[in-house]
Amino acid sequence: MKNEQTILQELASRGVSRRQFMGYCGMLAAALALPVSATDVIAQSLATTARVPVIWLEFQDCTGDTESFLRATQRTDPAITTAQDPSLTSLVLDVLSIDYHETLMSAAGFQAEKSRLDSITNNRGKYIAVVEGSIPTALNGYCCVIGGKTALSIAQEVTSGAMMTIAFGACAWDGGLAAASPNPTGAKGVKDAVPGLANLVNIPGCPANAVNLVATIVYYLTYKKLPAADSYGRPNFAYGRTVHSQCPRRERDEAQYFGDSIHRAGGCLKELGCRGPVTHNNCPTVKWNGGTCWPVEAGHGCIGCTNPSFWDTQTPFYGRTV
Amino acid sequence: MSDNNGNQVFIPSVQTDGSGVGDHARPTASPTAVPTKNPTTSPTAGPTAAPTKNPTASPTAIPPVGPTVVIDPVTRIEGHLRIEVKVANGAITDAWSTGPMFRGLELILKGRDPRDAWVFAQRICGVCTTVHAIASVRTVENALGITIPDNARILRNLIEGAQFVHDHVIHFYHLHALDWVDLTSALNADPAKTSALATSISTWKNSSTSYFQGVKTRLQNFVSSGQLGLFGNGYWGHPAYRLPAEANLLAVAHYLEALEWQNQYIQIHARLGGKNPHPQTYLVGGMASPVDGSSAAAINPTRIAELRTLVQMGLDFVNQVYLPDLLLIASYYKDWATTGGGYGNFLSFGDFPTDTSNNPANLWMPRGIVINKNLGAKPQAVDHNLIQEYVSHSWYAYSGGDTAGKHPYKGETTVNYTGPQKSFTTLSGETKYSWLKAPRYNNLPMEVGPLARVAVAYANGHVRIRQLVDSVLAKLNLGPDALFSTLGRIAARGIETVAIAEQMSSWLDQLQNNIKNNNLAIQDRSHWDPQTWPAESWGYGMTEAPRGALGHWVHILNGKIENYQAVVPTTWNGSPRDAQNAHGPWEQALVGVPMADPTRPLEVLRTIHSFDPCMACAVHIVDPESNEVMKVWIENY
Repeated sequence: MKNEQTILQELASRGVSRRQFMGYCGMLAAALALPVSATDVIAQSLATTARVPVIWLEFQDCTGDTESFLRATQRTDPAITTAQDPSLTSLVLDVLSIDYHETLMSAAGFQAEKSRLDSITNNRGKYIAVVEGSIPTALNGYCCVIGGKTALSIAQEVTSGAMMTIAFGACAWDGGLAAASPNPTGAKGVKDAVPGLANLVNIPGCPANAVNLVATIVYYLTYKKLPAADSYGRPNFAYGRTVHSQCPRRERDEAQYFGDSIHRAGGCLKELGCRGPVTHNNCPTVKWNGGTCWPVEAGHGCIGCTNPSFWDTQTPFYGRTV
Repeated sequence: MSDNNGNQVFIPSVQTDGSGVGDHARPTASPTAVPTKNPTTSPTAGPTAAPTKNPTASPTAIPPVGPTVVIDPVTRIEGHLRIEVKVANGAITDAWSTGPMFRGLELILKGRDPRDAWVFAQRICGVCTTVHAIASVRTVENALGITIPDNARILRNLIEGAQFVHDHVIHFYHLHALDWVDLTSALNADPAKTSALATSISTWKNSSTSYFQGVKTRLQNFVSSGQLGLFGNGYWGHPAYRLPAEANLLAVAHYLEALEWQNQYIQIHARLGGKNPHPQTYLVGGMASPVDGSSAAAINPTRIAELRTLVQMGLDFVNQVYLPDLLLIASYYKDWATTGGGYGNFLSFGDFPTDTSNNPANLWMPRGIVINKNLGAKPQAVDHNLIQEYVSHSWYAYSGGDTAGKHPYKGETTVNYTGPQKSFTTLSGETKYSWLKAPRYNNLPMEVGPLARVAVAYANGHVRIRQLVDSVLAKLNLGPDALFSTLGRIAARGIETVAIAEQMSSWLDQLQNNIKNNNLAIQDRSHWDPQTWPAESWGYGMTEAPRGALGHWVHILNGKIENYQAVVPTTWNGSPRDAQNAHGPWEQALVGVPMADPTRPLEVLRTIHSFDPCMACAVHIVDPESNEVMKVWIENY
């Protein structure tokens, strides 16, 4: 590695002004539920941090969390940014050096594997491992083989040298969909497949929200420690409150069926199966796709996708929970 | 599957010298006269360097040099894929496609509420996110005899149409372009000449010299940083790259622009379905987004106006960036219009219903079958009863032997993993070599996807598709046969993107009209309550995913899913050989493709990527009937 650029230099070369940069830092501080004063701390940290190597592993996945990552359109105050400004996605692709990501990388075959191994070797203890998808353990792991190696062996190899591992999405957290009953492939999340891993952060969701991924990384780069988390290893800034407690519909009349007058008027969806009261996530505040919308706002109940084993514990989806 | 001690017994037969071909002789014509391609046709001119040792000493899997070339992982696709090819005299002589991952989703669906199935099925794939949800609700609606309201039809068309446009643009720029565009060559481009090139092919706004200078500077900074990230270890400088530096810089600029564009355009999904990926708005019987002209919380004229802005933004990008870039790049790679074609059998389920009748004749994108590249005859009708799946070369076993095919209603998937048990170098000597089954229509391998849809629409006399096909071929000065090739597949994807992007506004018109007429229904609730269901029912649902024909099948018993099967695009295209040893469509399309440097198999990527593989879709199959076997198997482990 030569000539390491700091993040601010990288952004400056993109024509991103310091004002815009501060806007992003402020947005991230807000997402992290930090006081406004944290904006300067984050900015100071990012401005002097070299691009961080990332090895992004995909196992038993649907690539939905990668797609979510690519939709990180979160913009700051419209007074500062315009539609022509780079969104968080391209900023992220600039501030992170994504050395391995099968969906996005140009290299293939053994050259792709070389990229992964080179990054592990050259950046030991300095890279972030992101895991998407569950890790099968049945059949000696031969339900997911990449370059002739099992998912489990690759996960062990990559996470052992990482400064931080992020299990991104429900599947990487607790096995998710593949682990739903009867779990035909013995699918596990990172915490169970690679037990005892230090510096593991779980960002569940189906998919998980990219804003929470970026905020977690920025927090770590700034404060050199993991954000405070609950007993499931989920950061409190994103998973500290129920969806219902933040929902604009919570005090309203309850719709009785989809398309009735209360539903059309934006009523509460509890009777239609909404899992908001038992689900912890920041969907109502961060929203999706650049703050455009989120499922309850669009008219369908929350499916509780950040709950443990949600495919088994939150189904059937259309029955009332509380 | 196990020895007397209850341990797993496998048959490791790893071929390390690349010489073993097992029983994978070249496919013979099946009894139903599968048109096999002459493997010696159309290797285009190009360097035919003898296989050389891997120049970069790598601690990891060194590809076997000599006859067999392995690409694993195949990247810039959804999911996990391994391709092995044999090479002689600078061209591919045989190929094996392996899906190395599975999850067992259909087994997970057994016993669930059929109204929940779409949420599970949607997670088959997060890239073509939405299409499995549509296929699933259609399947359950078919089983229960439900007709959806017109608003639900329109909302589904809008979400799916946006998915096509979004997905195809991402595929072109982010998954496929780097097979044709040499990033490092762009560093040598003259920004002024790039500007001249850009304005000569398009009226797109971002075309000034300073704009391209900015992109070039950004690229230079990136490269000089030494942290190449996603672009490290690419096949840069490969002799098969042929674009002038300015075209490379133009394409790199649009790679970056498309990254921003896709973020904005897909807000259509968020506005209609709460989020992307995995919009959360489907219902058996309709859709969950309320429609009401007098409510701020519903889809109303204000929101439709916002959607129009996004739809127009999509159409502008497709017409002013995607299609001109496609034509520019294609003009330098016309030799790829004579290779990579494959069988020339095409299956389209068709989609975008124009009414709620469920009549296949009323699909905007027509349903049908074209055999042996014959665009002159009316497409054959599709009969789902003629679909069968084979497991002769897949890691499953069928009761009654592996040579018979099974219809999805009767599908079974007993896992029979015979693959190697340690890190391995080749699979092409194995009898069974993939987690994908081999679907066949009337015993024929079928290509599905944009080229299949365009071929069927063309043969069916679809006016707009015909105009676009003829116009694109004329601009490239190519004949109709050029469609049946690697390049033709890329062109077909662009052609249908234009047609669908145009069509979006008509669906918005229809939605607006319904709101105006106070037609606000979004769900048929007459069969929502399981008490109204028959004790037993069967149903199937068809849709088109961006990657091709998608079908789901369900058997509902006493209100629960008894059996659920999905036969998906990449299983059609990426299947292994079948009981007659006929290649899958990818395997067939690779035969005859040239290869300049087996240590950098760029040409394989070009042809495989032209199909836009989606492996998570392709491999998720475990049959409920095999539950018993699976349990034994897992306990043994």
